Amino acid sequence: MTNPNGRFGIHGGQYIPETLMNAVIELEEAYNYYKNDPEFNKELTKLFNEYAGRPSRLYYAEKMTKDLGGAKIYLKREDLNHTGAHKINNVLGQALLAKKMGKTRLIAETGAGQHGVATATAAALMGMECVVFMGEEDTKRQALNVYRMKLLGADVIAVKTGTATLKDAVSEAMREWTSRISDTHYCLGSVMGPHPFPTIVRDFQAVISKEIKEQIMEKEGGLPDAVIACVGGGSNSMGSFYNFIEDKGVRLIGCEAAGRGVDTFETAATIATGRLGIFHGMKSYFCQDKYGQIAPVYSISAGLDYPGVGPEHAHLHDIGRAEYVPVTDDEAVNAFEYLSRTEGIIPAIESAHAVAHAMKLAPTMDKDQIIVITISGRGDKDCAAIARYRGEDIYE
Amino acid sequence: MSKIRAAFENGKAFIAFITCGDPDLETTAAAVRAAVENGADLIELGIPFSDPTAEGPVIQGANLRALNGGVTTEKIFTFVKELRRDVKAPMVFMTYANVVFSYGADKFISTCRDIDIDGLILPDLPFEEKDEFLPLCHKYGVSLVSLIAPTSEKRVAMIAKEAEGFLYIVSSLGVTGARSEIKTDLKSIVDVVRENTDVPCAIGFGISTPEQAKKMAELSDGAIVGSAIIKLLEKYGKGAPKYIGEYVRCMKDALR
Repeated sequence: MTNPNGRFGIHGGQYIPETLMNAVIELEEAYNYYKNDPEFNKELTKLFNEYAGRPSRLYYAEKMTKDLGGAKIYLKREDLNHTGAHKINNVLGQALLAKKMGKTRLIAETGAGQHGVATATAAALMGMECVVFMGEEDTKRQALNVYRMKLLGADVIAVKTGTATLKDAVSEAMREWTSRISDTHYCLGSVMGPHPFPTIVRDFQAVISKEIKEQIMEKEGGLPDAVIACVGGGSNSMGSFYNFIEDKGVRLIGCEAAGRGVDTFETAATIATGRLGIFHGMKSYFCQDKYGQIAPVYSISAGLDYPGVGPEHAHLHDIGRAEYVPVTDDEAVNAFEYLSRTEGIIPAIESAHAVAHAMKLAPTMDKDQIIVITISGRGDKDCAAIARYRGEDIYE
Repeated sequence: MSKIRAAFENGKAFIAFITCGDPDLETTAAAVRAAVENGADLIELGIPFSDPTAEGPVIQGANLRALNGGVTTEKIFTFVKELRRDVKAPMVFMTYANVVFSYGADKFISTCRDIDIDGLILPDLPFEEKDEFLPLCHKYGVSLVSLIAPTSEKRVAMIAKEAEGFLYIVSSLGVTGARSEIKTDLKSIVDVVRENTDVPCAIGFGISTPEQAKKMAELSDGAIVGSAIIKLLEKYGKGAPKYIGEYVRCMKDALR
């Protein structure tokens, strides 16, 4: 799907300072070598299976299916991975690659903290230094994850610039990378940024759709009718979609964070409200004003609170292969509570956006149809914030 | 001779960077005039961007103050048109790719020609992506200035060969902002540049003192200073132009 120059249709590219060009070229060369290296793949598979706990389960949500009264619902349980989210897939891949490249230090941005925790984990495992950039606003929303990162030996830098959320954390991590390249790998957490990151992250996350395909074939003897996942930068959704792109009968549905609604300014739904632009190293869709100033987006979910979307998603949208729908805070919180009560599974508030859409879609489908929802992470980290949303103050 | 090249004909060039609209456009106009009157050979006008990823804290602050003050691309174009009535020194815009792209590249670059802007510096548009705007820059006679970094290595020759206007050599790793010491082997970079182009080259990032400017200009054709000037705006606000004039005089004197 990736063109040689890192384009997905018109999207992607490498819009970064000259200082970083040789770093991304070096990364691309290393990746192109190691992705076909049997030893590398053997080590990565071992890490996936023995350390991260893969393959993750594809669980038939029987109660939810009966309650909604339509399509059969399966949950891809990325929340059961080590560190509690899909982020570990990409991080183990990139950390191993960085180590092979002779890097001794990992830097990362994080929104909800899941990618930061995963990076800190991989750094601890592989004996690497780790610095995580996190918007100051998010360090408050996700205090528990900040503690986890520190516990794992990482330095956490609270970013105070701009909106003090994910986009500012990305900007600050990019700035840090320009100042220290020789020993440092920027472990980017989503299918975004300059080429080759969108491709590398997608490939490491594609294990999700590879497993879904095998598991659903075994359980149902056929492909699902729809795969639903949440989209911020878009790594769990890209991973969930990738191996189904050629299977045109499978609807691919990405759920964006609409925040307080796509008709308000307090939204992070990029495809619903954004325009084509160039930012953070890529051409893609971004929430921005008429002069190209990046918008201060909002979502209850720190992990989806990003004003852009990965270039491959932008392309899948352009060609009509995937659908992108906005889901509000309210709908996501309802889904968060619904899945907890109905299946005894507390999803990450990010993943709850996908659950919310499935709750609307399933009743409109036939009982012999199948929906797979990717539960990208576990919701323990969100309990305090959701309690606050419901007007209840609890101590973490 | 292009106007940009003329900036390098008056001894070593002193290039001053000023963010438009920090804290307001009246102050910017006074600051530009003060810089030119005191010997600045070329003015880099920054169009603020919400998320300037190549900037250190000082210029980030200028971007924020300018945007909070309500400046827009449109207002800056009108402002430059006014300024051009009496300011004849070569001027280039420094901004980010999205500001140009989002305005409509054709409209943006043709306006540059109309208001007599001589060049465009986009720190997030490397060699590989310059075709995004280069054909339009050629069409309207606006130089697209390329940057060379301490990490460019084998890329230096490739970039220099196709350089236009002037070459912006980034002195150090990292973002913009004052540094006590510049350690990059700039001489080797400039040597490669000279072998590949006769376009002048100037060094920027981290330069704040006359001694540093002198040293950098000895290695190249000029020195670019941003954060040190912005600091004066940060400190003195509307009263800054007087201090900017004094500072520029002192810097240009060091280059004579």
